[in-house]
Amino acid sequence: MLDRIRQLLDDRANQHVGYLAEFENPGALYDAVKSLRKKGYPRLDTFSPFPIHGMDAAMGLPVSKLGFLVFGGGAMGASLGVLMQWWMGGVDYQINVSNKPLFALEASVPIIFELTILFSALTAVGGMLALNGLPRPYNPLFYSERFGRATDDGFFLHVAEADTAFTSNGTASDLFGLGALAVEHITHEGATELDSSGAPVASATSGEPVLAVSGAAPVTPSHTTGEI
Amino acid sequence: MATVTSRTAYAAPGGNGNAGAKSLEEAPLVQGNLSFHDITELVSEHTEKKTPLGWFLAFSLALTGLGILGLAIAYLVWNGPGVWGLNNPVGWGWAIVNFVFWVGIGHAGTLISAILFLFRQKWRTSINRTAEAMTLFAVACALLFPTFHVGRVWLIYWMLPLPNQMAMWPQFKSPLLWDVFAVSIYGTVSLLFWYVGLIPDLGTIRDRAVKAGRTLRARIFGFFSLGWTGSNRNWRHYERAYLLLAGLATPLVLSVHSVVSFDFAISIVPGWHTTIFPPYFVAGAIFSGFAMVVTLMVVARKVYNLENLVTIDHLEKMNIIILVTGTIVGFAYITEFFIAWYGQVQYEQYAFTNRAFGPYAWAYWTMMSCNLLFPQLFWVKKFRRSIPVMFAISITTNIGMWFERFVITVTSLHRDYLPSSWDYYQPTMWDVLLFVGSFGLFFTLFLLFLRFVPMVAIAEVKGVMPQADPHFYHHGDGHGTPAELAEVADYQQDAYAQTAQDPQGTPSDDAS
Repeated sequence: MLDRIRQLLDDRANQHVGYLAEFENPGALYDAVKSLRKKGYPRLDTFSPFPIHGMDAAMGLPVSKLGFLVFGGGAMGASLGVLMQWWMGGVDYQINVSNKPLFALEASVPIIFELTILFSALTAVGGMLALNGLPRPYNPLFYSERFGRATDDGFFLHVAEADTAFTSNGTASDLFGLGALAVEHITHEGATELDSSGAPVASATSGEPVLAVSGAAPVTPSHTTGEI
Repeated sequence: MATVTSRTAYAAPGGNGNAGAKSLEEAPLVQGNLSFHDITELVSEHTEKKTPLGWFLAFSLALTGLGILGLAIAYLVWNGPGVWGLNNPVGWGWAIVNFVFWVGIGHAGTLISAILFLFRQKWRTSINRTAEAMTLFAVACALLFPTFHVGRVWLIYWMLPLPNQMAMWPQFKSPLLWDVFAVSIYGTVSLLFWYVGLIPDLGTIRDRAVKAGRTLRARIFGFFSLGWTGSNRNWRHYERAYLLLAGLATPLVLSVHSVVSFDFAISIVPGWHTTIFPPYFVAGAIFSGFAMVVTLMVVARKVYNLENLVTIDHLEKMNIIILVTGTIVGFAYITEFFIAWYGQVQYEQYAFTNRAFGPYAWAYWTMMSCNLLFPQLFWVKKFRRSIPVMFAISITTNIGMWFERFVITVTSLHRDYLPSSWDYYQPTMWDVLLFVGSFGLFFTLFLLFLRFVPMVAIAEVKGVMPQADPHFYHHGDGHGTPAELAEVADYQQDAYAQTAQDPQGTPSDDAS
């Protein structure tokens, strides 16, 4: 059990260890994802400054399950709204106002509604962050200087080392074959630029990442099986 | 690498995402031949450059207003609400007027960010960030007034369902308590919505700071951007969360002003006790809010050089909304009169005759002309697209909407059932200073926002540009090798499959 948990955590930590390739535009990125999927790479991710229309389908990602969580949150808010008003006004602190009923559903609707919305919204944001594993201050991707453009006008494709189809030279040549402008090897030590044979380009290691949390111990890529 | 810009994208045959099927071509949302990087640059530079002198001037003015607010609040708390001009029949004066005024202004932000999002109005992307910020700050200003109107503000926590030493609970049957929940939850949800929208852009600012070697700045924005990478696996949940928040905020925004109107409509005061109030208040809120957005954007787009993102077309669309909601509001005013006559209740009839021809006729006709008459100028396209005209009308609209709340509150109260209780209400200096001070608070927050936060949703604007669609690159030149054409067929198949499984796919997304 403990081993399994450790393995999951390691997998998560090593999620972004692998090859990062830059593409020219959303179209090229989309093509590359489709081709790599055909070649049998299951553990791809793409990085873009805005969500790319159709990329979920190209990557074979199902619709987010966030809606179910939010429904649960909303139901909790609604129940809380009913229980709170019924117990506080109808049971614990009874005040007769114009001989109106102590608790009536009609007069309770606005607050039930508001609490439903509040709890749903909190679940939507909290659930989105949880499903995305955010906040995540350390990420080996930030070693790559190139990667800074993923939030500006860069389009990146990432193949995890944990991917079943990953080979250190085959994947590099696959990526260049699909029109990658550059390929970098992302590890917990840094980012190294690669050529099409998967060998490091001479003297191409990027410097210290600005955002890396000081003291974050590098994790050695070890377990390569679990799901992301 | 050939950089695709908004102009080349539209100029390409079958550009605009292969829009051959579109018979009615809309003007591009982003003008001026901009690439993705230009958009980033255009928006981010204002948070990065040296603070301009003009900003300091504006900010010191706003801070003066904030100081006035502090003074007015200190005097008020020290002496109690007796320093206001309230008298016996008029127990609700400027405080409630200002409260409704500010809450109403807030509504446009949520309307733009949530309702227009659900209706797939892509033009919202360049104004939604600013409008949402306006919402937050307007709600903050609104909350001031009821908070201090309670008199003993240190006991404000009695309004919340907190266990306390008196073993008392709030009275949930009171619309005033509904208001506490509605407005505070509205503020919270608006903040969440705004922040979620900001996360990718904060990441953009962070990465630019890293590149520029500004470590402290990178760390601050790194903290708030939560380690955002733009991963598609993240975008998937992110977009779903954004859609859900929009879906939640839409009924919320309609409910908030409805609940605010219950403060009046649930009571049995002639002039207040009417069922038209909730929709009429919501329309008025949208009306005043859009006017405020126009006021702010007309200035901000000029000062911050954003004319290519917030185009005249955007402003024209907002002016159309002002025209529509202004006319709805005017129609509601007239309906009230009709119902007062048709209902044959003499107190109601008196309340409305007195409103239009009594001692507060000046306020009533100010409201009528500002809200119903002046916006009618927007029927003329030339006026809709004229900056001076829209700026003037946005100001008169806000004046008119303030007077609407004044008319509703004060004219209905100043004539009680017994003529011996009649009185005329006038504000004191402290009413005025508190209101002026609330503008100080609003503009202080707004200027800080303009200075430190990307004021246009960078990621969203990029997303609505034609070159953001991967299919744009496949059909762009209309030529292709047989292999490419086979690929194209593949995408189309894929896109159909996606439309089938993707409930968000809309006919307007015909690019896929």
